[in-house]
Amino acid sequence: MILVGELALWVAMLMAAWGTTVSFAGGATGRGTLIASGERASYATLAFVILASLGLWSALFASDFSIKYVASFTSSNLPKAYKFTALWAGQSGSLLFWSLILALYAAIATFNNRRRNREMMPYVTGTLSAVTLFFLLVTCLGSNPYERLDWLPPDGRGMNPQLQNPGMAIHPPTLYLGYVATAIPFAFAVAALLARRLNAEWLAAVRRWALLSWFFLTIGVVLGMWWAYVELGWGGYWAWDPVENSSFLPWLTTTAFLHSIMIQEKRGMLRKWNVTLVISTFLLSILGTFITRSGVISSVHSFAQSPIGYWFAGFLVLAIAVSAYLVSTRLSDLKAQAHLESMVSREASFLFNNLLLVGIAFSILWGTLFPILSEAVRGTKITVGPPFFNQVNIPLGLLLLGLTGVGPLIAWRRASPANLQRQFTGPVIGGFVVGVLLFALGMRDAYALIAYTLAGFVLATIVQEFAKGVGARRRMYEENAILALLRLIARNRRRYGGYIVHVGIVVLFAAFAGLAFKKEFDITLAPGERFAATDPYGDQWTFVSNGVSRFQQLNRHVTAVALQTTRNGKSMPLITSEKRQHVDSRGAPTFEPSTEVGILESLRQDVYVVLAGVSANENAEIRVTFNPLVWWVWFGGVIMAIGGLIVMWPQADLRRPQGGYLASLKPEAEVVGGS
Amino acid sequence: MKARTKFLVGALAIVLPAGWLMAKSTTDTGVYYLTPSELGTKIAKDPSLYETGIKVGARVVPGSIVRDPGGRSVAFVMTDGAKTFPVTYRGLAPDTFTDSADVVVEGRLGRDGTFRATTLLAKCASRYEAAPDKYKAMPGYRNGAGRPEP
Repeated sequence: MILVGELALWVAMLMAAWGTTVSFAGGATGRGTLIASGERASYATLAFVILASLGLWSALFASDFSIKYVASFTSSNLPKAYKFTALWAGQSGSLLFWSLILALYAAIATFNNRRRNREMMPYVTGTLSAVTLFFLLVTCLGSNPYERLDWLPPDGRGMNPQLQNPGMAIHPPTLYLGYVATAIPFAFAVAALLARRLNAEWLAAVRRWALLSWFFLTIGVVLGMWWAYVELGWGGYWAWDPVENSSFLPWLTTTAFLHSIMIQEKRGMLRKWNVTLVISTFLLSILGTFITRSGVISSVHSFAQSPIGYWFAGFLVLAIAVSAYLVSTRLSDLKAQAHLESMVSREASFLFNNLLLVGIAFSILWGTLFPILSEAVRGTKITVGPPFFNQVNIPLGLLLLGLTGVGPLIAWRRASPANLQRQFTGPVIGGFVVGVLLFALGMRDAYALIAYTLAGFVLATIVQEFAKGVGARRRMYEENAILALLRLIARNRRRYGGYIVHVGIVVLFAAFAGLAFKKEFDITLAPGERFAATDPYGDQWTFVSNGVSRFQQLNRHVTAVALQTTRNGKSMPLITSEKRQHVDSRGAPTFEPSTEVGILESLRQDVYVVLAGVSANENAEIRVTFNPLVWWVWFGGVIMAIGGLIVMWPQADLRRPQGGYLASLKPEAEVVGGS
Repeated sequence: MKARTKFLVGALAIVLPAGWLMAKSTTDTGVYYLTPSELGTKIAKDPSLYETGIKVGARVVPGSIVRDPGGRSVAFVMTDGAKTFPVTYRGLAPDTFTDSADVVVEGRLGRDGTFRATTLLAKCASRYEAAPDKYKAMPGYRNGAGRPEP
């Protein structure tokens, strides 16, 4: 099976090369046999990449340590589930996994469009085959997971304990699913440019893929935050690390695209901008891979420096050159069909939304790449840290939050004063009430006050929208409130799903603002000793150490401390934190000790306990952090994912005529949506 | 005024302050990111770099780590193979901080030649992959848990 897998990897590469060649040739000549051959090659590539992955999985499960990858990332005592996830625990395996997802997406996109978008499809298949070919080339020649060792180690090195966590099992694949999905809109954009089919049809075909990518990126980023929070033990969930940033960048540009696409659909504006956004999103995900793999930028997460970074740099340069050429030669096909009519209109608010999202993306890119830029310009590496990202992005983020409330309510084209008054009086009052209330309760942090005021405003706009919709249905169809709400969402998934995503955003911002009130204590506790502290809400806490215990567990030695906890004199659950030393099957220690954080979770705050070490006399060295509202970060992520699902869910009545720009197109243009 | 012109004015009203904020934050928070050798050469030329915020990427000299019994502070020596500096750090050292780990320290170099770090990031060379070859030649290179390089 291992040999079959290795062979399949090479065959898959040849298939992708064939698919690229015949698809582009087919597109250029219009010959049906070539086009069909290219499509079959895309399915064949998928089949062989699956085989190659199965081969590696079988080596991982069989603990075949003659294979370097297996020896480097697993050991014979590693739990089965982590042998499965080991496929993406290391560099070469994750490249193969990337190819697997890409080949799968490519085959689905090709299959779904086998009867539509015929002029574009050869180029779509060709572009996707070319990207797959690149990844398979890197996998085969640059970093091959099937590489053998010239000796047989008695056991593997084992998996990094920080990766032995259920969150880590699903975080990378979700992020990859999101990253890789950006290739499909890119392929459609390239194809539309090549075939000069730049009306709304390519947009309709890519909207769902962009949504899918957004959906997985959202989940992936939030899961990454959760993993960092529970596993890394530094008390936070976001550190503006280059690796975190590079997953956030495509999310920002995809979010911008999902908004600006509406303007193109309704009004035929922003056509160049949308093509550019789609292309940039893909380039940013390749850049992200380059950053994380090449070691050009130091990051705590980095994979070791390796030459494959330069494969990515080369690919990036090529992709930029091709895209720039295509866009610049097709500018005349991308003329806007309408112009902005008023500053007080939905178009204008969406333009500002895009400006902010792209501005945030630019500032993050700037901050992340600054060491490289400064080295190129001034010869010395200069880095900017979290303060840079916070100083720039908090104000921009708050502006964006405000627009989240304005955009969906303001009229298209030109809003009348009556429209403004009707839509915004209630929410503006609502926001101010929240702000004044919090100020009266003693909150003095300016950014937090602004954030909660805006959050109140946006939430009020959304509640008002739902209330209006439900009210209208109740009057028209005499439904009860719950049925009306469900039908309202089901009949207008895009709109109300979008509102639900916005609720998630509001919840996230509210949770982020809670960071302003975080409190941290470094303490030393002898067995039986007591520590008292006041949390950000003014409640009194006490922690009494039960002393340090040491024991064996599965594949690790554990040193643990347990704290008896009370809040305002009332007994709370025991909080334990551990230091774990993982061992291999012969009992030899592997990797550095890792920390298991003790978290007492609640809606108000997390009490976050880290055992830093044990000093003389069995004194436990502990860090206790009161982290307000962290639970709401995860909850906000869940709401966003649910909203995303509602928007993505296929709608039965796609054929119902829509107003606006789409309706003015040829009739078939509006039914191509479900790619 | 046409709406497009107005939009451009509005856009500038966002872009210009944002750009100014970016430039200001970059100069305010930007710090040199050097290797020990670069730090040595730079500081010989420009003594004003003493007691200035600096970031250094280096490797921990094996056996040089002296931990305070409580785990609250740590002293070690960092190197890039050519130049070394003693480092002191107050705070919790991360799990990955160990002999031969790659570290990024941020802090100030005192006139006594000791680097006082305020942040300490560490990544283990064997975290995801084997160490790059150039490190294997370095004194004290140790692979994983001391077993031969597979």
